[in-house]
Amino acid sequence: MRTELRISLIAIVLCTLVLGLAYPLGLTGISQAVISGPANGSLVHHNGHVVGSELIGQDFKNLPRYFQSRPSQTDYSANATAFSNAGPNSADLRDRLEASAAAYLKRERPFDLTLTKTQVPGDAVFTTASGVDPQISVADADIQAHRVAAVRHLSLARVDALVHEHTDGRALGIFGDPAVNVLTLNIALDQEATR
Amino acid sequence: MTFSGWAEIVVFVVVLTALTPLIGGYMARLFTGERVFLSPIVGPIERGTYRVLGVDAEQEQDWKAYARSVIVFSAIGFASLYAILRLQGSLPFNPQGFGAVPADVSLNTASSFVTNTNWQFYAGETTVSNFTQMAGLAVHNFLSAAVGIAVCVAVIRGFANRSIATLGSFWVDLVRGLLYLLLPLSILVALFYVTQGVVQSLSPSDTFTTLAGGKQSLVLGPVASQESIKILGTNGGGFYNVNSAMPFENPTALTNAVQMLSILLIPAGLTATFGRMVGSRRQGWTIYAAMLAMFVAGVAVLYAAEANGSAAQHAAGILGGNLEGKDTRFGLGSSTLFAAATTVASCGAVNAAMESLTALGGAVPMANMMTGEVIFGGVGSGLYGMLLFVLLAVFLAGLMVGRTPEYLGKKIRAREIKLTMAGTLAVPLLVLFATALSIATKWGKPSIAAPGPQGFSETLYAYTSQGNNNGSAFAGFTGFVQPNAPGNTGSFGITFADILGSVAMVGGRFLPIIAVLAVAGSLAGRRVTPAGPGTMRTDTPTFAALLIATILLVALLTFVPALLLGPVVQSLSTTLF
Repeated sequence: MRTELRISLIAIVLCTLVLGLAYPLGLTGISQAVISGPANGSLVHHNGHVVGSELIGQDFKNLPRYFQSRPSQTDYSANATAFSNAGPNSADLRDRLEASAAAYLKRERPFDLTLTKTQVPGDAVFTTASGVDPQISVADADIQAHRVAAVRHLSLARVDALVHEHTDGRALGIFGDPAVNVLTLNIALDQEATR
Repeated sequence: MTFSGWAEIVVFVVVLTALTPLIGGYMARLFTGERVFLSPIVGPIERGTYRVLGVDAEQEQDWKAYARSVIVFSAIGFASLYAILRLQGSLPFNPQGFGAVPADVSLNTASSFVTNTNWQFYAGETTVSNFTQMAGLAVHNFLSAAVGIAVCVAVIRGFANRSIATLGSFWVDLVRGLLYLLLPLSILVALFYVTQGVVQSLSPSDTFTTLAGGKQSLVLGPVASQESIKILGTNGGGFYNVNSAMPFENPTALTNAVQMLSILLIPAGLTATFGRMVGSRRQGWTIYAAMLAMFVAGVAVLYAAEANGSAAQHAAGILGGNLEGKDTRFGLGSSTLFAAATTVASCGAVNAAMESLTALGGAVPMANMMTGEVIFGGVGSGLYGMLLFVLLAVFLAGLMVGRTPEYLGKKIRAREIKLTMAGTLAVPLLVLFATALSIATKWGKPSIAAPGPQGFSETLYAYTSQGNNNGSAFAGFTGFVQPNAPGNTGSFGITFADILGSVAMVGGRFLPIIAVLAVAGSLAGRRVTPAGPGTMRTDTPTFAALLIATILLVALLTFVPALLLGPVVQSLSTTLF
């Protein structure tokens, strides 16, 4: 027993130094030297200022000139994340979904007159996993494009082209779903306006 | 359901099957002491490590000595992690200035990370410092994984050894697993993660004005270095509260695919390691096939259930699949495949909210865990758990045909079967006892967040997950929230749930380890009788089917009554609560 205790104590100290300090600090050093952009949060600049991270969703509520992010259970908090944990048989979830769908129709239908409730994309009403999902579905972006084009006095074709530019396809053509990055798309729209 | 969703599952299975003999063969060479391609570089480091530890690499251990080493090493690991959690306020790398983690949460967390469970009653980014993440939690991501692999390899030797009654040296297996396998793989995968956007930084959080004029703060940290071992070691404890859903942990569908493969890589590979070490690759593939069949069945049910949508969604008239708690880049396909992979393996990392799965969909992760985490399972623990079921299947078949059961030429006697039953039933009993205690007493109630049967499901899931060392959660089950606790804004479990969970995790880890090492010790050195015409073959599809039937029989008989009260009620009813 004493032998095991002695070896264990040395092993824990050694592992803490090697696996707990040398490994992560070494990796931090390499990352900061070689791939510092992504290692520091993939920050996005606009007009010389940091305005966010390409990977972290933001709130654009009540600003019709921008594409809207998915509903967030945490108000897009990136420093205290949490799931909604709404269960499949939750009456609260039903009420929230109904309210979200109604709000979506109210916002988009004036610009897309044929839009009906059955066409509301799921991702536009369900809250996300992370609370900071940076993307929306292509279906959602296609509907919102009508509003953004009208408010910004741009042609729908031009807005659709920008949406396409900011769409990430499936990884290796197989994994995940195609999705549109809301922040970089909105920045591109702002740059379009000042061009 | 879409074509691409099903295609994703098929491609995943093909790639996993192709990688299994590669990584499995590497581990077989590594743990039988042959040279591997890393030997020229790592060999001197390995020998130096033995010198520092004072270990004689040639000295083999019998099962009792092996088990004693495992337990003492884990106990010292527990003490060191508990100390770090309690003292983090006075330790370096603490840019947010977090104070000590409360004693009950520290107890639960230390139990959780030492047992490879990584159940989290705390929110990472609002509770623990960078030092705790790196030098505390991440270290035990490595160590608990290496311990699982070591025990598994020792058990395989028990089946393979024909002349000697020892199982190898725990210290050698531990060091080899860390130096030749887990650390090199983690470095590679971590670098890949950083290129994709997983953060790796020691800067304090970053606050800025958003495009729309609001404020947002980012928490950075040494994430990639922890993320790689979190997944490869089937640990699953996230740096951030939302785990692999957080874009800084899992930014793209590509990193997600790598994570899903990483989860099952070593557990699947160990079946091939087993085949090689016992001298028949077919024996390994038979076990792999049984695991794969159960995994694919679970994925299919889960994917179909999520594509069908939830009762709440149908009541609200929302068409399409259930996207509540799922991020866009993963969609239904990558969210459900991840949920299945993380629960067949005892990983417990999540990229979607488990509690928001549909009723039937949520039953799949629970059922995956209730098999005892033997469908691939945790690194090491999956295969040694599965080998107990193999012995049980052989025993049942022996009863049916009236022959003395034997496996790989070794007669299975009463002692092994008794130990096997103890090893397979200890965890289910622990899970049911803890769930019942939590549900029936007033102390368990404050942990429940959801009304109706979902509240029961939360509790059942919590103790199933902790007892089987998975670590995923119906995360409403967090106990009460202490929003303004000093230095913290996370949610903390109440003391009762913390302590009961610790008991479930520690019991769920070490009772099966002791039982399976005892079985291996009793089989090691046993004479091998040549196979005759009456010997039941254990490398055929028939045996794989028998193995699956045995696992389902045990799991169903144990857990159906409990499942009826939660997920089954919810699936059959459209009533909302």
